[in-house]
Amino acid sequence: MAEPTIKGVLLDPIFNNNPIGLQILGICSALAVTSNLKTAIVMSIALTLVTGFSGMFISMIRAQIPSSIRMIVQMVIIASLVIVVDQFLKAYAYGLSKQLSVFVGLIITNCIVMGRAEAFAMSNPPVLSFFDGIGNGLGYSAMLIILGIIRELFGSGKLVGVTIFQTMNDGGWYLPNGLLLLPPSAFFLIGLIIWALRMWKREQMEKPDFVMAPNTAEKEAY
Amino acid sequence: MSSRKDTTAGTLTVALVVCLVCSIFVAGAAVALRPTQQANSLLDKQRSILAIAGLGDASLSGDQVRDMFKGRIQARLVDLEEGTYSDKFDPLTFDHIASAKDPAVSKKLDSKEDIASIKRRERYATVYVVEENGQLDTLIIPVRGYGLWSTLHGFIAVKGDLNTVTGFGFYEHAETPGLGGEVDNPKWKSLWPGKEVFDASGKPVLHVIKGNVDRSSPAAKNQIDGIAGATLTSNGVNHLLDYWLGENGFGPFLNRLRKGEA
Repeated sequence: MAEPTIKGVLLDPIFNNNPIGLQILGICSALAVTSNLKTAIVMSIALTLVTGFSGMFISMIRAQIPSSIRMIVQMVIIASLVIVVDQFLKAYAYGLSKQLSVFVGLIITNCIVMGRAEAFAMSNPPVLSFFDGIGNGLGYSAMLIILGIIRELFGSGKLVGVTIFQTMNDGGWYLPNGLLLLPPSAFFLIGLIIWALRMWKREQMEKPDFVMAPNTAEKEAY
Repeated sequence: MSSRKDTTAGTLTVALVVCLVCSIFVAGAAVALRPTQQANSLLDKQRSILAIAGLGDASLSGDQVRDMFKGRIQARLVDLEEGTYSDKFDPLTFDHIASAKDPAVSKKLDSKEDIASIKRRERYATVYVVEENGQLDTLIIPVRGYGLWSTLHGFIAVKGDLNTVTGFGFYEHAETPGLGGEVDNPKWKSLWPGKEVFDASGKPVLHVIKGNVDRSSPAAKNQIDGIAGATLTSNGVNHLLDYWLGENGFGPFLNRLRKGEA
């Protein structure tokens, strides 16, 4: 593989190596916070910042981290950053932090953050690691925002709380699809998006683990 | 291969330094941001008080909310034992939830009294008073009680006659979204204004019933439509209304206030 560049690590994860779409990481929070666009955007910003800065700090001390406790050191740094983000949200976006509640704290366990720390930041210089984290955060954000738009628009007829389709309950014409407000709908949507992404970029298709044997006896069951 | 950093001493040093730096970082952020956070959480509560009393909605800015609380809305401390206003604590900063845990200013409830499942009841509580030309216009009373999963914290606002509801709602709960969580539904909350709390003998009779209220019956003024799929949360709402508006809650205070003795 060619030497990583800032532009490469920043833009690659958005479509070519999307953390949700290709690596299938961070699904839990993608289901939980996307029922409206506002929480999806705040969660995206929070995760992008945490991934970026944790990559940078871990990369800065990567030569000093003893290999026996490297995971724990990474967790300590990630956890500290998450707490700080949570404190900032409580101070400057109290209503949103109430809605996001536990999910900001759960960024600590988000596989994307750990994955980038372990796979990239431990072996690359700080600036590059920072942009790699930001890039992966943007990949996650892109997916969250697409989900947020679809779910809020068709689930409650609004975008960022502004009415787009007047719903029948408020005397309009649109009958909202309640399923879209429930977490399982994000599963279906992520599946469809991954399908579309792999139709567009065929190299992302995985080889099947098992190939079905050809049916040798082509006759009716007896 | 095994450089200095992989020795036991090196490992411990790195672990200690990382922990120290991170804890300073976290503690610094927490301390520096605490005043803003507390102001926010107070503002959030005040905003819900305004919404429940029908005096404003979520679109009010922070300054407008603070002005309302400086001008029209007065916080007053009530002594629940005596049923009178009290000056023992500053009502604005008094935390009645914390004081319910302090044995000096609260009492333990036995299981017969404790219909709202709150375990201990504080002696002092903050009510909010809106006055028009020196006359009581709206009284906002804090209520709380256990629903299905969580304690529901809210307010009920009544008119100057201390009987007609002007608003009801919760500012904090953790009931199931879509079922018990529908206590936050604006449509359901809009059923409350105009209902009456007490019957002729002064007993609190306002209840959430199962199914829809029969509007032609005389009891309709004391009944609220039930929430489908939220029987236990509705029961919790009924219990907390019975408790806080009854003789163990604000009942004595309301009686005195009605006679003008509080």
